[in-house]
Amino acid sequence: MSAARLSPGGGGSVLESAGMVHVAERGVLDASHGVILYLEGITVSFDGFRALNQLTLYVDKGELRCVIGPNGAGKTTMMDVITGKTRPESGTAFFGQTMDLTRMSEAEIAHAGIGRKFQKPTVFERHTVFENLELALKADRRVRASLFARLGDDARDRIAEMLRFIRLAEEADRPAGLLSHGQKQWLEIGMLLVQEPQLLLLDEPVAGMSDDETERTAELIASLAGKHSVVVVEHDMEFIARLGGKVTVLDEGAVLAEGTLQAVQGDPRVVEVYLGR
Amino acid sequence: MELAIRRQLVPRLIGATPRAGWVALAAFGLVAFVILPALHLLAPAGSRLHVSGYVITVGGKIMCYAIVAVALDLIWGYGGILSLGHGLFFALGGYAFGMYLMRSIGREGVYQADLPDFMVFLDWKSLPWYWRGTDHAPWAFLLVVAVPALLALVFGLFAFRSRIRGVYFSIITQALTFAAMLFFFRNETGFGGNNGFTDFKRIMGFSVTAPATRVVLFVLTAAMLAATLVATRYLVRSKFGRILTAIRDSESRVMFLGYDPLPYKLFAWTVSAVLCAVAGALYVPQVGIINPSEMSPGNSIEIAIWVAVGGRGTLVGAVIGAALVNLAKSWFTAAFPEYWLFFLGLLFILVTRFMPEGVVGLGRRLLGGRPA
Repeated sequence: MSAARLSPGGGGSVLESAGMVHVAERGVLDASHGVILYLEGITVSFDGFRALNQLTLYVDKGELRCVIGPNGAGKTTMMDVITGKTRPESGTAFFGQTMDLTRMSEAEIAHAGIGRKFQKPTVFERHTVFENLELALKADRRVRASLFARLGDDARDRIAEMLRFIRLAEEADRPAGLLSHGQKQWLEIGMLLVQEPQLLLLDEPVAGMSDDETERTAELIASLAGKHSVVVVEHDMEFIARLGGKVTVLDEGAVLAEGTLQAVQGDPRVVEVYLGR
Repeated sequence: MELAIRRQLVPRLIGATPRAGWVALAAFGLVAFVILPALHLLAPAGSRLHVSGYVITVGGKIMCYAIVAVALDLIWGYGGILSLGHGLFFALGGYAFGMYLMRSIGREGVYQADLPDFMVFLDWKSLPWYWRGTDHAPWAFLLVVAVPALLALVFGLFAFRSRIRGVYFSIITQALTFAAMLFFFRNETGFGGNNGFTDFKRIMGFSVTAPATRVVLFVLTAAMLAATLVATRYLVRSKFGRILTAIRDSESRVMFLGYDPLPYKLFAWTVSAVLCAVAGALYVPQVGIINPSEMSPGNSIEIAIWVAVGGRGTLVGAVIGAALVNLAKSWFTAAFPEYWLFFLGLLFILVTRFMPEGVVGLGRRLLGGRPA
């Protein structure tokens, strides 16, 4: 979305129309080997408790990956490491082949193309639904630009399109705080999508949703695979079965099993972890 | 492109303030620029239409406070950053301009020396280096803006980068203004110690006590207040303003959207500090004195009360709050001088308990409008 950007220079129109200006400015995502996320030997401890223990995980470009595991397996901590909220004690985390996530701030990581949806839906409750999307929309993130920013027609179209996609067109001018729980979840997903991230991290996207909402959310997420790489953390097995894709089982901060849902469910170690407690 | 943005800026500045706001500003301008000055200068002293110098001075003073309140509202109401040290920036602006006023006294002081009286009294032989150039008004204007801006920038950079928030930030700003007060109390600091600066004679060659000078200062203050309201209204209505309120409501969400909150906070913080400093510079020639008590922690807390009374996050509420509380103060400190602080504390408790959105919020509720 080049029109959303209001950088005054106006140069580099080829790059701009390709929507690549920011990527070029901040280091290009290099996923030429087909892998978008490399986590290798990641260890994180909290007061002696090992939340992550030599975790190694790769996510391919365009892949839809589900991560499951019992409480305390380290799923959310893994998200925190990827998004820069928590720094690992050891191990490496790379976005593509070149970007070292352990050395970047939360904002830089988000800017580089990793979007995160929190477990509890976090939207700007006092801003309208439209404004929530406007702030999330891919554009120049600097103060100077924000002081003079004006929504272009392209940007309005993009927001309108997203409002329809997440079925909130009717609610555009209402404060986001008045939305239902499920609608907030969607709005947050919409906010992620208009950032045009390469990698989406969704932490329990259907928590607290009705069956109908869950089904529609599954459709929505499945439709993202291919265009984006998506990592979904979820408890709901039915939901994961509906999404398809490869499943990684975490336990005690490390990968226990990886494969299709059937293969993973048949794995005796997984059965033990889930049923043995 | 740059030029196009500049050209759009004026209509957008105008467009940011709603029609009702412009009507109110026009009415304010009529009173402050025309009616009050005319009644003060032209109506004879005995006539019932005459506006006294006292009214002009108190009005000017309250408008200076109103600018400070709007500045605090920008960062507190919209940015969620409660500063309890804004009196410091106000005082720094006042001191910077006060240096110029002191130098303008020339040899008309008590000791009839080239140096300001307090330096003669301390037996200093020459001006300290930081007084150099302060006899030139443009340099003084620069100091009024630059010194508080620099302090705000450096302080803000460290505080915001360390992610100091909420009550911790408020306490540190209190400590900052308190430390500055102690520093300015010292005679060695070179700002007149506990007496500060006073006994001004002239400003830009005109007598500070002449009615015409007072009216000019009053009109300048009114213009500055109006400009502050229009400019801050533009800021909060821009995308910048929406990001600022987003940082207030959910800072981590803003970061995960790819924004770095630091420059946003820093910009709002520094703008706010500079507005306070300009208000301080306008205040000193009208009141005729600046001393370290302006930096006392209580003064800065009072600023926060003005904003809370008027209504946080409304801009115009800050003006109303500053005016109401200060008018009440004028009356109270004359009628029951020893009870003012108790009343102020009570007012703060009542407002936060029963009128969380201040006078403006109450007005909106009575008129049946939706809450802000």
